Amino acid sequence: MSDNDLNTNKGPIRRFLDAPADSVGKTVFVAVTLCLVASMIVSAAAVALRPLQEVNALKDKQINILQVAGIYDPDADVVESFQAFEPRILELETGAFTDAFDVASFDDRAAAEDPATSVALDEDPAGIVRQGKFVTVYLLRDDAGAIDKVILPIHGYGLWSTLYGFIALEENGNDIFALQFYEHAETPGLGAEVDNPRWKSLWNGKKLADENGELQISVTKSVPAAGADYHIDALAGATLTTVGVHNLLNFWMGESGYAPFLANLKAGDI
Amino acid sequence: MAHKRREMLIDPLVDNNPITLQVLGICSALAVTSSLQVAFVMAIAVTLVTAFASLFISMIRSQIPGSIRIIVQMVIIASLVILVDQVLKAFAYEISKTLSVFVGLIITNCIVMGRAEAFAMKNGPIDSFIDGVGNGLGYGLILMLVGVIRELFGSGSLFGVTILETVNNGGWYVPNGMLLLPPSAFFIIGLIIWAFRTWKPGQVEEREYKIQTVEAH
Repeated sequence: MSDNDLNTNKGPIRRFLDAPADSVGKTVFVAVTLCLVASMIVSAAAVALRPLQEVNALKDKQINILQVAGIYDPDADVVESFQAFEPRILELETGAFTDAFDVASFDDRAAAEDPATSVALDEDPAGIVRQGKFVTVYLLRDDAGAIDKVILPIHGYGLWSTLYGFIALEENGNDIFALQFYEHAETPGLGAEVDNPRWKSLWNGKKLADENGELQISVTKSVPAAGADYHIDALAGATLTTVGVHNLLNFWMGESGYAPFLANLKAGDI
Repeated sequence: MAHKRREMLIDPLVDNNPITLQVLGICSALAVTSSLQVAFVMAIAVTLVTAFASLFISMIRSQIPGSIRIIVQMVIIASLVILVDQVLKAFAYEISKTLSVFVGLIITNCIVMGRAEAFAMKNGPIDSFIDGVGNGLGYGLILMLVGVIRELFGSGSLFGVTILETVNNGGWYVPNGMLLLPPSAFFIIGLIIWAFRTWKPGQVEEREYKIQTVEAH
């Protein structure tokens, strides 16, 4: 009996499986099937696990806000500690709070992509393409009810990725309390040293603008003419990440960022 | 048969260890061993990926065309790694942030690819699975060894629990900061390889050259 006679006794699937693995048809079939199966498994996992991941990401963001405000307690419940903050939606252009949106459900990133609530940037030093008109800021009040710190979200492009972070400012709107990034994909050991506690501690006590109201803050290698009060040392081996941090900070603290809000804060209008 | 399978599981731990004998997977061993907890999660992740990649590849090995076999292996390994990454992000967010790119880089870990190509393509699914588990554990064993040394002497703790009270926290122990940096893992892995080969001289490779001796005329 030859091979052909044998094959006629089997079903089409069996015959296909027995065909030599190196034939063109088989190669295409294996490649296509494998890709389909693999992509289905991967996307099923991504979709099924997304709710859990979002909860984790939110919790991580809240922990970062607590940390940047200096009131994070690892043993305490995050949601409970987070009650200390008063979240408000800020309209960047006017620098005033708005109640047009619900704070609890407002999504800064979705709003920054929606043409109705964002602007495309012509001048874009932070590399963010579109900027939302509204952002969620967090106020920390002291026992007397006066503003103690404001926590402002900032983001911009580093070397590989957009860095998302928060800056905590003192009640005078000019002294930096802390700065921290909670999401980025910079090179571990180099750009990712933005997470290094020692580097982060450099930010405490620095000032944004000088007496004349000129924005002087810089993240550079050498101390600028304005003096050390306005300077954070650059990260060694991470020039592009550092430049990104410098640019995004100047962008967000500048006129198209929080400057109107900070002016209101200084004037005591908030 | 049962005896052979037990050997397949135990053999890669010391006698045929992927890191110390085959010197594979060094990159991630340097990067994730500064704390034991992270090393432990990485070891589990690599073991799972190696075992299941070997299992699936072995199951379809007779259907894989030779011309695209590496790509087929990569697709299976990469899908499993993405799966592991997603699960970590959902259930161990903190650790997945620390591991960052290194979970994704399991795809390029030579151990996974090496077992798929060298073993799973030629052996049955169950054998391949056990071989994958064994090699993953062999990798994990070295990771944990390096992790114990680095975390204990680098930050005075094990699994985050303080063992040696450091000076910064008012104790007596001055931590060795170099152990927290990746290069220290090179030295430690080198010393482990030395120790293994002194213990089991059979692992010493033969020299590729012979030193010429001058004979008396």
